[in-house]
Amino acid sequence: MSDAAESGGSGEIRMREALRDAMAEEMRRDENVFVMGEDVGVFQGAFKVTEGLLDEFGEKRVRDTPISENTIVGVGVGAAMAGLRPVVELMTVNFSLLALDQIINHAAAIPYMFNGHVRVPMVIRMPGGGGHQLGPTHSHSFEALFLQVPGLLVATPSTPGDAKALLKAAIRDDNPVIFIEHESLYGVKGEVSDDEDGILRFGEAVIRREGADVTIVGILKMVHVAERAAEELEEKHGISAEVIDPRTLRPLDLDTILESVKKTNRAVIVEEGWPHGGVGANLSTLITEQAFDWLDAPVQRVTGADVHMPYSRRMEQAAMPHEENVIEAVLAATEGALPRKEGD
Amino acid sequence: MCLIRRFEEEAGRQYQRAKAGGFLHLAIGEEATIVGTTSVMRETDYLIGTYRTHGHALARGTPARSVMAELFGRETGTSSGRGGSMHIFDVERRFMGGYGIVGGNLPLAAGLGLASRYRDEGDVTVCMFGDGASNTGNFGETMNLAALWRLPVVFLVENNLYGMGTALERHSAVADLSKKAEGFGIEGERIDGMDVLEVRERVAAHLEEVREKGRPSLIEASTYRYRGHSAADPEIYRDKSEVEEWREKDPIETFVKVCLDDGTLSEEDVEAAREEADRTVEEAVTFADESPEPKLESLYEELYVVSETMGWYAVDERSPEPHRGELGEEAPAVARDLAESGAAHADGEDQEQQSRPGVRD
Repeated sequence: MSDAAESGGSGEIRMREALRDAMAEEMRRDENVFVMGEDVGVFQGAFKVTEGLLDEFGEKRVRDTPISENTIVGVGVGAAMAGLRPVVELMTVNFSLLALDQIINHAAAIPYMFNGHVRVPMVIRMPGGGGHQLGPTHSHSFEALFLQVPGLLVATPSTPGDAKALLKAAIRDDNPVIFIEHESLYGVKGEVSDDEDGILRFGEAVIRREGADVTIVGILKMVHVAERAAEELEEKHGISAEVIDPRTLRPLDLDTILESVKKTNRAVIVEEGWPHGGVGANLSTLITEQAFDWLDAPVQRVTGADVHMPYSRRMEQAAMPHEENVIEAVLAATEGALPRKEGD
Repeated sequence: MCLIRRFEEEAGRQYQRAKAGGFLHLAIGEEATIVGTTSVMRETDYLIGTYRTHGHALARGTPARSVMAELFGRETGTSSGRGGSMHIFDVERRFMGGYGIVGGNLPLAAGLGLASRYRDEGDVTVCMFGDGASNTGNFGETMNLAALWRLPVVFLVENNLYGMGTALERHSAVADLSKKAEGFGIEGERIDGMDVLEVRERVAAHLEEVREKGRPSLIEASTYRYRGHSAADPEIYRDKSEVEEWREKDPIETFVKVCLDDGTLSEEDVEAAREEADRTVEEAVTFADESPEPKLESLYEELYVVSETMGWYAVDERSPEPHRGELGEEAPAVARDLAESGAAHADGEDQEQQSRPGVRD
């Protein structure tokens, strides 16, 4: 597929390497940090994210687990309650469904239901998203599902630099963190800080591209789709789009989004997940509630299709959001409000 | 054991008076399994249990007043009213919690064991769970992982013969639960959970072996709850005579007899112990009753740790205030109505009208 991976330059590193470096640095920094998951050790990670960790840190701290998702997460919760800082890898977000009891009833609930007498400082990493013809059970996007759960933090990095800095922050944080990675972004290259204390605070969105006419909020891979759509909107339609990457969904930097909407008066939200109760549905409501007077058009959502991901490449691509879908939504939001270039 | 018995009886009474809400699961009849186990644990050993753990906390030394206050949903409770009866917690005494999801505590126990092993601390985790939990996926997953990683955990099944209202032989293909982890390489032993001395002796032996060899073990303690699954259980699934048979083996009365017979205790000692339990529980009720309700403005507290890694933070972007419906004076009554419409939660009046074998107050 034509993703942002192609734009990587020399001297930059890939997303998977950035994530690995984040874990390695934090493991060197803190003895209590350890990694466990299915095939994270000898196999070096199903997506090669944990490559090299076993060699450096040994089996005590890089633990291959049986295929027992709920128990892997639960062991992490118990270990975290006793003061360790586990980084649990679930092979894909799809498998997190098998661990939802431990994630929601335990990891997320325990600090609150025991009134802060114990904490669950753990990170649960999981890659997801479509685009590789993996079909209905291996292509999910569950940002919205985890976003809904109080007690969890949710990170959705879209660049190697953010991925490293956010993962380091997640490992140091005392809350349970759901760290969602996109399988199509693992090969993306980008500038990454060498600063071992270079963390990115949760709840700080970034404006990827400045613009005046419409605000596009993208999640994970959809940040890149939104950026490319914005380029085309500029070139072909004379529309200046501002692209915002929230980077974390909980906490959410709503201020940055609202400030942008107050400037552009239009908003389009792009996500790969399902439309009902999605990230876009939530954000659209928040924008409508808090910036209604500034809106010149209804908030538009671009989402994955409301189906289980089909295997066929043609069908799968049709079920995922692309640049043209974003452009269409932006045009709908701006219709009649902006001067069109001749020939449009 | 006397204290647990008295505490549970009084908790049941306070529940009928609507002082305690939600579900209430009493361990009357299971005292020997609890006390026999905790009495041989080190202070630094971890204990983790189920939703029937008032007694486990008491046995670990948690003050009765704190547990009662939690049942009353008060600020002074073990979790300041956040957890309730099913989620008692006392980290200072390494009682790592009661849990409302059957089998949910098993992986947590393995995690606690992993932490002890990771830091070479020599502590053992005792994980207590019911016969019903032995059917969950967590049981198989956790036994496998604990055995594979040689985690220092004693898994102890409190087999009270019923998974809620379903009898053991109707819910488990293998009724000898001590054999249920053999396929994972964990040897088990069945013990008399009504005999506190036997529980002490056998759990002590398991603790020692697990501490020494660093691998998990399984104990099945045969025990019985005289009361229903929860405080609102009409008990249509068992005969009154069965309850009476088990009462013959009452853990407290049999232990008292042993102590009197061998001269360890006098009648006066026994009476004094019962009176002390009475006083403690009475004081606990007064304390809980007089304790303040949690402050509504604390609703969002302790949901997150706000630290340097969190840029800014709002629990609910719409408003930092509690949601509509959570402020009114009538809220507790509404919550109660909702709870009582639950299938397993018959209301107090109906329950009184039914024959209630095994309930003596």
